[in-house]
Amino acid sequence: MRREAPQKLSDYGPLLFPAGMLIVFFVIPFATMIAVSFFKRDPAGFYSTAFVFDNYARFLSLFFGKVLGFSLFLAIAVAICCVLLAVPFTYLLSRSSRRTQVVWLVGLLSVLSLSEVIIGFAWSTLFSRTAGITNLLVAIGLMSQPVALNPSFGAVLTAMVYQALPYTVLVLYPALVRLDPTLTEAARTLGASPITSFFTVVVPALRNTIMATLIMVFIFALGSYLLPQILGRPQHWTLSVLITDQAIYQSNMPFAAAMAVFLVLVTLGLVGLTLLAGRKGEAA
Amino acid sequence: MNVFLQRVYLGLVGLFLLLPLMVVAGVSVNEKQTLAFPPQGFSLSWYGEIFANPEWRNALLASITLAAVSAALALAIALPLAWFLWRRHAPWANVFQLLGIAPFTLPPVITALGLLTFWATTGFYGQPWTAAISHAIFFVTLPLVTLSLGFSSIDRSLVEAAATMGADDRTIFRTVVLPLILPYLVSGYAFAFVLSLNEYIVAYMTVGFTMETLPIKIFNALRYGYTPTMASVTILFVAIAALIFSLVARFGDLPKLLGAMSNNDK
Repeated sequence: MRREAPQKLSDYGPLLFPAGMLIVFFVIPFATMIAVSFFKRDPAGFYSTAFVFDNYARFLSLFFGKVLGFSLFLAIAVAICCVLLAVPFTYLLSRSSRRTQVVWLVGLLSVLSLSEVIIGFAWSTLFSRTAGITNLLVAIGLMSQPVALNPSFGAVLTAMVYQALPYTVLVLYPALVRLDPTLTEAARTLGASPITSFFTVVVPALRNTIMATLIMVFIFALGSYLLPQILGRPQHWTLSVLITDQAIYQSNMPFAAAMAVFLVLVTLGLVGLTLLAGRKGEAA
Repeated sequence: MNVFLQRVYLGLVGLFLLLPLMVVAGVSVNEKQTLAFPPQGFSLSWYGEIFANPEWRNALLASITLAAVSAALALAIALPLAWFLWRRHAPWANVFQLLGIAPFTLPPVITALGLLTFWATTGFYGQPWTAAISHAIFFVTLPLVTLSLGFSSIDRSLVEAAATMGADDRTIFRTVVLPLILPYLVSGYAFAFVLSLNEYIVAYMTVGFTMETLPIKIFNALRYGYTPTMASVTILFVAIAALIFSLVARFGDLPKLLGAMSNNDK
């Protein structure tokens, strides 16, 4: 079958519903949000129509700078931890039998689909004083009494790595499965140990994939909203928390929208970088 | 020795993924309403509580209804779009593919806020059906990706053969295309369903004050302290997800669906 260009108007029929839905419920809301980011806050209702840059000017405050800085730092830390853990893991996974792979994939998808609320609750239990992991350390004599490990930065980071790790593995998986096994075989034949061949052959061959994955996990982690609230202190709250707080509790939708637009720009810039990295990878 | 080290590494990652769930599973069978591990006593009553307590039962029903409806709607958007893009040569229509993938790629709070401002502006803020549309848009990416993969795996000469024998577009779709993409249709629905079931922020920002889905209910309960029902609900949700993805793996090709080449049996 040749793919023909649509000739009659009716050929466009199938496009009608999807295009309509996406335009009305994604493009228009998005445009509304951008418009609202220039509006003025109305304490009585949601907002009043205006065209001001005040909402963007508030970015220049020290408080906003701190939140933004922390959000970026946290997302970078999560991305690096996840990629460090996931690259060797996915490599080993892609080399195991198909049955083993399927079992792992089901498990990874199950963890990935878990609600942030559930992940937050599970880790807050694990970090709690009465039911937590420190009880185990007390039992084997490493600690004298159980302690609570949250709220703390470590707790937020651990739970976010937990949340993003399955995602990282699934992003890396296709590239690693398709990696030509003869590459490592050649290295082995020439006398490299498996670990040497992993670092001298596999990692360099995947340099662009790893870069792209880092950026994708970074964006994923940037969206984390509940974990900083459940497991962290207020100074560990991210831009996502701040946006929701402004929109729902402070009823300042224009400021929330301005922050969201800013977050979109950061994200789009990074997606652009990812695509660029991907293109370079193809050229090489 | 090296195989041993590899096993240890895989095992440690597995332990990291399982540990919180094991503790929650342990906590969920505590006899009394205390957060204790190892569990004191053994009781499954907190699982019964999900269905016996009207608050939890309603939240569960709301979540399942929302997931079922929004996943169906996501499929209804994705199927004609993926079919059109595969059937026709119309490069500009790829814009809609991009629009379908964008909500899922951006941080969720952005889609959530966009929809919140939209529903507030149009005056429908808080209506339960707005959550279904919001989730359908947010998760349309998943069926769109699985269906695009499904269509690309169809051998176009099959369609050509059917056309040569006189079948029209509609007949071809029903008798050739649909059976071939059915597994992708089902897995796309399954992915959207499970993720909608677990989604918090979009649901919270669109209908959080009028409807309690299960994730919203858990978070609200978490603010007021601990009840063991949270633990049993968590385990229930893990079980649902694992069951659905096992079924997808059983009836479909999970490694292929996730981007590996097919039939690389080893």
